[in-house]
Amino acid sequence: MEASNLKLSRRELLVMSAASATMMAMPAVAAAQSASAGRARPPVNAPVALRVNGHLHELELDTRSSLLDVLRERLQLGGTKKGCDHGQCGACTVLVNGRRINSCLTLAVMHQGDEITTIEGLGTPQRLHPLQAAFVRHDGYQCGYCTPGQICSAVGMLAEIEAGVPSHVSADLEARPLLSAAEIRERMSGNLCRCGAYANIVDAITDVAEGKA
Amino acid sequence: MKSFTYEKAQSPAEAAAAAARIPDARFIAGGTNLLDLMKLEVETPAHLIDVNGLALDRLEPLPDGGLRVGALVRNTDLAADARVRRDYPVLARALLAGASGQLRNKATTAGNLLQRTRCPYFYDTNQPCNKRVPGSGCSALEGFSRPLALIGVSRTCIASHPSDMAVAMRLLDAGVETVKADGSRRVIPIADFHRLPGDTPQHESALAPGELVTAVSLPPPLGGKHYYRKVRDRASYAFALVSVAAVVQPDGSGRVALGGVAPRPWRLESAEAALPLGARAVTEQLLAGATPTQQNAFKIPLVQRTLSAVLAEAKG
Repeated sequence: MEASNLKLSRRELLVMSAASATMMAMPAVAAAQSASAGRARPPVNAPVALRVNGHLHELELDTRSSLLDVLRERLQLGGTKKGCDHGQCGACTVLVNGRRINSCLTLAVMHQGDEITTIEGLGTPQRLHPLQAAFVRHDGYQCGYCTPGQICSAVGMLAEIEAGVPSHVSADLEARPLLSAAEIRERMSGNLCRCGAYANIVDAITDVAEGKA
Repeated sequence: MKSFTYEKAQSPAEAAAAAARIPDARFIAGGTNLLDLMKLEVETPAHLIDVNGLALDRLEPLPDGGLRVGALVRNTDLAADARVRRDYPVLARALLAGASGQLRNKATTAGNLLQRTRCPYFYDTNQPCNKRVPGSGCSALEGFSRPLALIGVSRTCIASHPSDMAVAMRLLDAGVETVKADGSRRVIPIADFHRLPGDTPQHESALAPGELVTAVSLPPPLGGKHYYRKVRDRASYAFALVSVAAVVQPDGSGRVALGGVAPRPWRLESAEAALPLGARAVTEQLLAGATPTQQNAFKIPLVQRTLSAVLAEAKG
């Protein structure tokens, strides 16, 4: 997103500079109408208060900013990774109010008041989260790029099992979900690992789910 | 991504009025489809109306024994609801067959109904696409059409509807509750909700400008055995090549709807009379008049075999 801003044509830049002095005062309707009149649209900023890992951050953000980009670029929380940036790989998975989501496919301005947890909020090198420790123990990664997303996803996924959410492979929709490898694999299918460490990832998650960690 | 102004909606009626009044405005709820398309500049809204704060995230029983599903109920929550699992298992199964855990946590009921096709040419802004740029042509007709539709299509567009949930909703004869820009409300039968492309593939639903989906109402439970069988290139996290939703009653009667083969969930009530005769008879009627491409003709026998497997399981 930041990169695309840099690719503006000279003409767009001139239009933007001329408009930027007044844009914040512009009511939404006027801004939208001027945009639809075919002129380049100036960036729009909005104030947002984000609570991340227990800390409140008062920010002024371009409305286009994804939650992912704000975590990485503004808050220097680089643990959350940008893989595909289209919700296909799961590297950007974070927890919002305890639920796992793709932070690339949500706007930061939509998360005022939410409790956001990233990998940095789950554990530290001195005090690993049980899933972090299990991933280390089971060698649940090679390059490590997908790992923060895998771990955040696993935390959310185990909470879903705990809450009784069924999955595509649950034989009985009304029974309590099992903690089988098939269940874990299906429920983790939104997290891709280019290195193919899946077998060890399943083992690590199974350990924690069974309380061995 | 093009820049846009942003507001949080205060009420459904105000949101609808704003969406009709402001040019190039879109509602945003889960955002999992819209933001993907905005990043690619397939969608370039000038204004986003965030409807997440509207209290449309509830499930409530209806006096007739049915269930009203708020437009903002997340796919995970709908699939996990005890009433849905017990009374509408075909819906729970369809939801769980779609997307990933992360996406289902964000994706909403109304957004799922309104999601756009995954036709590769709709996504590729360098290619002609009548749905994205009306009148520019259809690249899929002579191009990569393996995942696309073969019935209900036109010479202008062979895009398939990607939703699993919508196939189950069509099977259940759901009603789509809306509020219009003038504040009036109506219920659109799901059978009339998705439009076929004809000469205007850019118009995909029966919604008027600004009209906001507020809920989807499910009629009283049908009983019987429920199935949602999805065939795809991977075992998980992939769109359907073909899917079959079915409810089969003890006497062999029932309902069938298909996904992956048409621009909307595909159901012909008249074909269901043939259920006691078997999958072949039903498929022949359901797909009569199909115009497959060379690449997606395989879907016709695949529908028959998938339905055959479902009917065999129902008998067992």
